[in-house]
Amino acid sequence: MNAAYLIVALPITGALILLFGGRRIGDPLSGWLATIAAGGSFVGSVIVWASLLGRSGADRTVDKQIFTWIPVGSLHVDFALQLDPLSIAMVLFVTGVGSLIHLYSIGYMKGDRSYPRFFFLLNLFLFSMIVLVLADSYLFSFVGWEGVGFCSYGLVGFWFDRETAAVAAKKAFVTNRVGDFGFMVALFLMFGHFGSFSYSAVLGPLASGHSTLAGATATGIGLMLFLGAVGKSAQIPLYMWLPDAMEGPTPVSALIHAATMVTAGVYLVARSAPILHYSHAVLWVIAIVGATTALLAATIACAQNDIKRVLAYSTISQLGYMFLGEGSGDYTAGLFHMITHAFFKALLFLAAGSVIHALNDEQDMKKMGGLRKYLPITFPTFIIGYLALSGIPPFDGFWSKDAILDSAWHMSPALWAVGAVTAGLTAYYMSRQVALVWLGQARWTSDGHEGGGGHGGHGGGEPHESPWVMTAPLVILAFCATFGWLLNAPFGGLDFVNKWLAPVFPSTIDPAVHVGTGTKWVLGIAVTAICFLGLGLGLTAWRKVDRPALEPAVLVHGWYIDEAVSAAVSGPLTRMASAFSFMIDARVVDGAVNGLARFTSGTGRQLRRMQTGYVRNYALGIGIGTAVILAFVATRVGS
Amino acid sequence: MYAGFLASAASSGTDLANASAWAVFLVGAAMILTGAFGVILLRNPVHCALMLVITLFGIALEFIDQSADFLAAVQIIVYAGAIVILFLFVIMFLGVDRREAAGPEATKFQKPIALILGAVSLVEILILSQVDHWVSGAPSVAGRLDGPGENVQKLGQSIYTRYLLPFEMTAALLVIAVVAAVVLSRRQQPGASELRAADKEKLVVGPGGAE
Amino acid sequence: MTVPGAWYLVLAAVLFGLGATGLLIRRNVLVMFMCVELMLNAVNLTFVTFARLLDDVGGQVSVLFVLVVAAAEVVVGLAIIVAMFRRRAAATADDIHVLRG
Repeated sequence: MNAAYLIVALPITGALILLFGGRRIGDPLSGWLATIAAGGSFVGSVIVWASLLGRSGADRTVDKQIFTWIPVGSLHVDFALQLDPLSIAMVLFVTGVGSLIHLYSIGYMKGDRSYPRFFFLLNLFLFSMIVLVLADSYLFSFVGWEGVGFCSYGLVGFWFDRETAAVAAKKAFVTNRVGDFGFMVALFLMFGHFGSFSYSAVLGPLASGHSTLAGATATGIGLMLFLGAVGKSAQIPLYMWLPDAMEGPTPVSALIHAATMVTAGVYLVARSAPILHYSHAVLWVIAIVGATTALLAATIACAQNDIKRVLAYSTISQLGYMFLGEGSGDYTAGLFHMITHAFFKALLFLAAGSVIHALNDEQDMKKMGGLRKYLPITFPTFIIGYLALSGIPPFDGFWSKDAILDSAWHMSPALWAVGAVTAGLTAYYMSRQVALVWLGQARWTSDGHEGGGGHGGHGGGEPHESPWVMTAPLVILAFCATFGWLLNAPFGGLDFVNKWLAPVFPSTIDPAVHVGTGTKWVLGIAVTAICFLGLGLGLTAWRKVDRPALEPAVLVHGWYIDEAVSAAVSGPLTRMASAFSFMIDARVVDGAVNGLARFTSGTGRQLRRMQTGYVRNYALGIGIGTAVILAFVATRVGS
Repeated sequence: MYAGFLASAASSGTDLANASAWAVFLVGAAMILTGAFGVILLRNPVHCALMLVITLFGIALEFIDQSADFLAAVQIIVYAGAIVILFLFVIMFLGVDRREAAGPEATKFQKPIALILGAVSLVEILILSQVDHWVSGAPSVAGRLDGPGENVQKLGQSIYTRYLLPFEMTAALLVIAVVAAVVLSRRQQPGASELRAADKEKLVVGPGGAE
Repeated sequence: MTVPGAWYLVLAAVLFGLGATGLLIRRNVLVMFMCVELMLNAVNLTFVTFARLLDDVGGQVSVLFVLVVAAAEVVVGLAIIVAMFRRRAAATADDIHVLRG
C-alpha cells in the first residue's frame, strides 16, 4: 500500500530534478530520467493494484494521509490519497500510457533546444494527473486539475517562438478556465451543502443509500461539475481549443490531448456518479452533449487535411462517446472506452508523430501518400489503431463502443442512432486518412523539407523508420489495442473491468443497464455494418486525392463555430470590455487608487511639519503625554 | 508642619531625634530645591554644574536621613566627585563656559508650553500625594533593612547573592560604556586604507621603488 | 526618623518636575544633561524612601544600579557631545535638526 506514495513522489522528484538540473543532465539522459520516474510510478501503481486485488471488494478503499492542508474551523482538507478501484484503474492506465509516451519522446524530441524543459513539464504533468485521480477530495483533485491545465498550457506552447503555438496555448488555457469556473462553483455549492470536499464524506453516504440529495441541489452541482468536465474534455461548447492544441509536440498530443488529461472530465463525472444519480436532468444533459459533440466533431474530422487535426477532432468525438455512455448511466462502459481509447488513440498519435518525423515535420496529408513501404513498423501499428478506432471487431474500439451504444439504446434510440452514425463517420474519416497517408502515390519530394523543423539532425532523403525508442511504444500500444478488450469482454465472465469497478458504482446509484441479448446482437451487427460501410466508402472515395465535393468549406471550417466565436469575442465583447476598462477601470478603480494615494501623500505632507528635527520638541511631546497620563491617574485615584 | 515640629521639639529624647530628622529633611529639601532651580535657571553652564553639586549633596542628606548611609557616601563620591567633575571637564574642554547663545527660540511655543506643563505636572503630583496608600507592595521581599547589622553589610550581601547577575551585567555595561566613549571621542584621522593606497601609488610610480 | 514617607515622595516629585521642565526649556546640551541627572536623582530618592517604608533592601540596591547606569550614560552622552562639537561648533540642541521632516 505504501507504494502509493511512490506513485506520487517519483514524477514530482523527476520534475524537480529536471527543473533545477535539467540543463546539466543534458540531452538523452534527462529523457531517460523522466521515463524512469514515470515507469517507476507505473510499477508502484501495479503494486498497489495487486495489493488491492488481495482484498475483498468492500474494503478496497484505502486512505493515505500525507498531511493536513487546510484546517479551518469545521473545514478540514487533507493532502491525502484515496486508493479505490476507480482511482487505481485510472492511475494504472495514466502511468502506463504515460511511461510509453515518455519513452517515445526520448526519440521524438531528440536534438530539441529545450529538451530538459520538455521532460520537466511531462513529468510535472504526470504528477498533476496522478494527484487529480488519486486525491481523496474534490479540492485536492482540483489542485491536480489546475496542474494538468498548466502543464497543457506549457506543452502546447512548448515552441512558444512560433506565434501559432503561443496563441493556441493561450486559447487552451482560457477555454479551460471557463470550465474551471464551473468546477469551482460546484465546489462552493458542495461546501455549502455538505460542508466538506472529501469524496468519502460527500459521496459515501449517497452511494450507500444512507442519505439522499434534493434534485435541485444535485442538478446544480452536477451541471457545474459537468461544465468543468466539458472544458477539460473538450465538449460542446468548449471544444475549440483541442484542435489548436495540436501545435504542441506530437507526444504531448498523444499523452495530454488524447489519452489522459482530456479524460479527466470523464473521470470527474464517473467519480461524481452518486450525485448525478439524483438528477436525471444532468444525466440527459451529459448524454445529449456527448452525442452531439461526437457527431459534430466526426463531421468536421471528415474534411481536415492536417494529420493531427483529424485525430484531434476524432478525440473530441470519442470523448463525446464516453460522455454518452456515462450519461446513459453506464459509467463502466464510458471508463472502458476511455481506457481502450487511450490505447488506440495514443497509438495513432504516436504513429502520426512517427510519420511526421519521417517526413521532416510535414503534417499535410495531401502531401503524403504511399508511405507504407518506407515505415514498416509504423504502418501496421497505425492500421491496428485505425481498425480499433473504426470499431472493427475484434479490436478494442468495437467492444467499448458497442457497450456504450447498448446503454445509449437503453436511454433512447435516438441517442443510439446518433452514436451509430458517428461510428460510420469515424470509419469513413479514418479510412480517408489511411488512404491519403499510406496508400496511393507518394506526393512528397524527398528533398523538399531539408533542415526544417524543430528537431534537426536528419536531412532530406527518403523517409526512414524511427529509432527503437519510438517504435517500441508503438508495438506495445498496438498489442494493447488488439487485445485490450479482453479486459472487459462481454462474455465468458471476462468482464474484469466491470467486476473491478462494481464497488465504486453500487446498484443503489447505478442501476444496471438491461438490454436483451437478442437486441444486443442486432445492434452490434447493425453498427458493425455501418462501420464497414464507412470503411469501404472512405477507402474507395479517397483513391483520388482531390475531391472537393467531399470537403465542403463548412466542414473544413468546422461549421464556422470557431470563426463565429472569434467574431463575437473580437466584436461586441471587445468593445464592451474596452468600454468597461475606460469607465470602470480608469475612472472608478484607478480613481479610487489614485485618490487614496493622493490622500496619503497629502496627509503626509501636512504631518511632516510635526517632525521639526528638534529633540526638545520631541521631549515636549513625551512630557505632554506624561501629563495626560498623570491627569488620568489623578482623577481615578484621587476619588 | 512647622507648628508640629516646634511643638514637639523640646519634649523628650525621641522627640529630639524626631526633630533632628525633620531638620535634616528640611535642610536637604532646601538644598535640593535651590540646586535644582539653579540648574534650570542659571545661564552659565559652569554655575549650573556647581548648583547640581548642591542638589546632589541635598540628596545625600536625605539618604542619610533615611539611614541609607552607604548610598549617601556613594552619592557624593560618584556623583559629586566623578560625574560633575566630568561635566565640568567637558565644559572647560569644549570652551562653552559662557552664557548660553541668546538666539531666538527655534519654536516659539516650546518654552511657554514647557512651563505650563511643569506647573500642571506639579499640581497633578501634589494631588496624587494626597492619596495615602502608596505603599502597597509586600514588605521585605529582598531582605530586611532594619534588622541587626550594618547597612553596608546588608547591601553587600544582597548584591552578591540575590542580585549577583544584574551586578555582573552592570560591570559589562560599564566596560561597554568605556569602549563606546573611546570610539566616539576618537579624533577622525585620515583613513588607514587611504594611506596604504597612497603608499602603493608611490611604490608603483616612484622611480627605483623598493623591490 | 519619623518624617512621613509622603514628604520625601513629594520632594522627589518636585525635583523630577523641575528636572523635566529644565530639560524642556534649556537649549545647552550639557545643561539638559544635568537636568536628566536631576530626574535620575529624584527617582533615587523615591527608591530609598520606598526601601525604608517597605523595610526592604531591594530599593537601595536599585539605587546602586541606577548610579551605575547614570555613570555609563553620562560617559557615553558626554562622548557624543564631544564628537558633536568637534564636527560643528554647535552649542545648543536646536542647532542639530537634520531629522527635520
